[in-house]
Parts: sequence; structure tokens; C-alpha cells
Amino acid sequence: MADKPRIKLPKEAKKGEIIQIKTLVSHLMESGQRKDAQGKPIARKIINKFTCEFNGRPVFSCALEPAISANPYIQFDARIDEEGTFKFAWTDDDGSVVTAEEKIALKA
Amino acid sequence: MGAINRRQAFLLGGGFVALTVLPMAANAEPSNDAAELIKKFTGGKEAAKGKITLDLPEIAENGNTVPLALTVESPMTAENYVKEVLFVADGNPNAGVATLMFTPMSGKAEASIRIRLAQTQNVIAVAKMSDGSLFTERKTVKVTIGGCGG
Amino acid sequence: MSIRYGSLAGLATAALVLSAVATSGEELERKGIPAPPGHVFQTIISGYQFRTKETRALQDDDLENPGFLAVERAADVWKTVDGGEGKSCMSCHGEAEKTMKGVGAAMPKWSEKLNKPVNLEQQINICRTEHMKAEPWAFKSKELTDMTTFVRFQSRGLPVAVKTDGPMSPWFEKGKEIYYTRVGQLDLACASCHEKNNGKFMRADFLSQGQTNGFPTYRLRDQRLIPLHERFEGCMFDVRGVPYKPLSDEFLALELYVAWRGIGLPVETPSVRN
Repeated sequence: MADKPRIKLPKEAKKGEIIQIKTLVSHLMESGQRKDAQGKPIARKIINKFTCEFNGRPVFSCALEPAISANPYIQFDARIDEEGTFKFAWTDDDGSVVTAEEKIALKA
Repeated sequence: MGAINRRQAFLLGGGFVALTVLPMAANAEPSNDAAELIKKFTGGKEAAKGKITLDLPEIAENGNTVPLALTVESPMTAENYVKEVLFVADGNPNAGVATLMFTPMSGKAEASIRIRLAQTQNVIAVAKMSDGSLFTERKTVKVTIGGCGG
Repeated sequence: MSIRYGSLAGLATAALVLSAVATSGEELERKGIPAPPGHVFQTIISGYQFRTKETRALQDDDLENPGFLAVERAADVWKTVDGGEGKSCMSCHGEAEKTMKGVGAAMPKWSEKLNKPVNLEQQINICRTEHMKAEPWAFKSKELTDMTTFVRFQSRGLPVAVKTDGPMSPWFEKGKEIYYTRVGQLDLACASCHEKNNGKFMRADFLSQGQTNGFPTYRLRDQRLIPLHERFEGCMFDVRGVPYKPLSDEFLALELYVAWRGIGLPVETPSVRN
């Protein structure tokens, strides 16, 4: 899970504005339902958690199951009351975490 | 259901689109742990209809990638906001799909994800508000299999 | 930067065709481009027009389009040194946005050296082995599909402009023959579905004209990018035939012929299909 996540959000917003954040990350999301050519089940390996924080405070998070499609797309909103930094984290079943950061400024 | 006649066998064998849109598929009892997961989430409390808009295609282009959009009406203030939303699919091998956790900083209780549906079934959303009240909505998504593209 | 069909539709208003009805009885207008004289179609229509609105929405937004994960990966690989010569793609080609513009839209192209057409996958490996002294990438590998997608993406919006005359001519004829030949236990030719029955359902599958302007394409079913010859292989397998091999002469000829069937369509790579 080493690819860079793709994230889209505005570079700036007015105080109090609600912005939309789009995220897309590369991951097979192996469900655990598939079998290999020999008929043996392929072990589940998915991103099971996504979190988004702003200036250290939780904004939005989700717990994901194998029923989430590969290359998980997660879109949600955030209200901007101050400028700062968004921190995103995707946690794999194996414990590894991919993180990303995006800054946002306040429009005058 | 008793022995099927030739016409029914033909329809089943032909895999017509029509077969997957028969109403009985949508109203059938969930065949997986959907009810259990919902009960665990609600603590057995009744969830009311309303407040939730669940956007899913009527017929999925492909069951492996089905876009889902959610909106829950709420002022999203510290005193009154959507805390958690549970999604289950009652015809998948396992019902659990995702649980979304919102905060007042979300601004709006809106989100979009993409899910896998193994067959025609209901997708059920249950929203838990900060005051403990519960709301629910369900949508039937027709999932077709067959033809050449898969 | 989504494809603006508005301008194409404006040009082709006189040629808008009401396509064959869907099983629901609805008449659907599918936007396309007028075909040149002597073409098999009257209106050439991209696969985009045959998919649901949800699928089209995935393609319309570059962030929502999962194909862009590959474009980003390959953009990094483009600049990465690989092989005995100590070169990267960038060493010879500079910025892909400039130098690769139009390249993908004209594939397959004639190779004087090999005396046959080569497609984008083959050209990438020719560059790697001959100029970079690097290992060729296997067909269907993530690396090769990523790079093919990235290079073809540089032609996005440009019309498919493959050449079919001169030395390409016998290959074009060969491709045409393959297109119209019934194969497999189900005894179907490409034309059976994509020419005779596009706009109709075959069991649960909604048939398009079988255009290739969006390849490699992100298939919702496979949840990954699919290169063209893999799709050709899949189709032949689906009619219970023995598929030709990817990058074989047969599939090169077929790729050339099918590209002509979509001549003028904007390249949509990375497209999103079912």
C-alpha cells in the first residue's frame, strides 16, 4: 500500500464555509471471498479504517469492510473555521498506515 | 416452491435481466448477519424512517463497484449532529459494508463511497444521532450477472 | 478536464442518431461523431455513451476516476532511471505532456525496422530494451499497463488518428477479416455484437460499438486498468474460442482495424467502463 493517495480539496475557504473533500487510494481490498487457481481461499487484506483530522481534531472517520470496492473512494465534508492542516490516514489489516496532509488557508 | 415447470427452467437458464428484478428478491428475508449487525448498532431500539437520503443506482453497472452517496438532514452543531451511520447489505456473504463517524466539524452529514454487491439486494443505512435517536433508510439495487462482459 | 461532448454534438447536430432501443422501450439519443465516407458506421459512438450515468460520472472527474492512480504512478516512473544506460524515459523524451501528445492517438504505427505495426505497449518495451538497456515489462503487468495509460493519457481529447494505408494496408485487411470471422463454441464474431447489436442487451450486458478510444480502461468489474489485448482475449474466451495471444500479429492487426472503426473519436484514456 505504498502509492500516494489522491486528495482533492480547495486551497482556501471562507470562515464557516463547508468544503467537500475527495480521496482515492490504491488498494486491492482483497475480500477474503476469492479462491486461487488451486481452490484455496485468498486471505483477506483490506484497508479497515480511514480517519481525517484537522489541526489535530477528528473531523470524519470510517470503519471499512471487505464490501468496499478496490481503490477505495471516500468523499466527505468539513467546515472550515480557521486555517490549518488536514491529516488523513488509511490503516491496513496488517497494521501499516498510509498518511497524507493537505493545508488550507482562509479567504480574506 | 414446488417443482419448476419448463418455462420457469428456461427463464432461470436464460439468466434474463427480468429474473433479477422480480420483487421477491427485494422483500426476501436477509440471508446473512444484516439483522444482527443492525441490532448491535441500535441496541435493539426502533429506528424511524426519515432524514436519510440514500443515493444508489437502480441497476448497478457492475456489482463490484457501486457508487453510494449519503445525506442525513442535521444542523451538525455540537448539540445536534449525526454521530454514526451504519451500512449493511442484506444479500452479501457478510452484511457489513462500512460505519461512518461524523463530528460537528463535518459541517454536513454527507459522504460518498463505492461498494461491492454480490447480487440484487437491499442496502440499509441506520443513522445514530448525538441525542441517541435512530433513523433508517433502505434501497434495493438490482445487480445483473451475465452476458459476455461478466 | 472532462471530455466536452457539447462541442462535438454541436458539430454533429445534423448527424445525431437515435440509437436502437433498450429493452425498457426507451429511445436513447447517443452523441457521436459523423463517420467519414466509406466507413462502416454512420455515426461513431464512444463506449462512454453506452454506460450508466453513474459510470460516466466516475470518468468525468479526474479525482474520482480510479485510472488516475496509474497515471500518477507512471508519471513518477517516467522520471526514474532504469537499466544499464542509466536513463529514464525523461532523458530522451523530456516532459511527457509535451512530447507524448498525439503519440497514443496514432497507435498502432508502422515500424520500418521491424517491418510491421507496433502498438504502444510494444513501443514502450522497445524503448526500454534498446535505448535504456532495461528489462521489458510483461504484458498485463502493472508497470506496463500504468505506462501505456500514462502515455495514451497525454493524447486525451485528441482524435484517434491511426494510419491504415501504405504498408499498413495488408494488416488492416487482416484485422478486418478477424473482426468479421465467427469463432468459438458460441460462433460469434466481433461484428455479431458490436456492429449488428450495439445498443441492445445480450443477456445482462449492454452492447456498445466496441470502440477502443478509451483503452487502457478502468473496468468496474475487475477494479483495475485493462489493456486492449486483454479485452480482446476476454471477448474470444467469452465466446468459448481459443484467444489469440496478446501482442500477437493477429491482435495487432485487429487493434489497427478496430482503431479505424473509431477514427476521429476523442481519446478518453483512462476511461471507466463496466
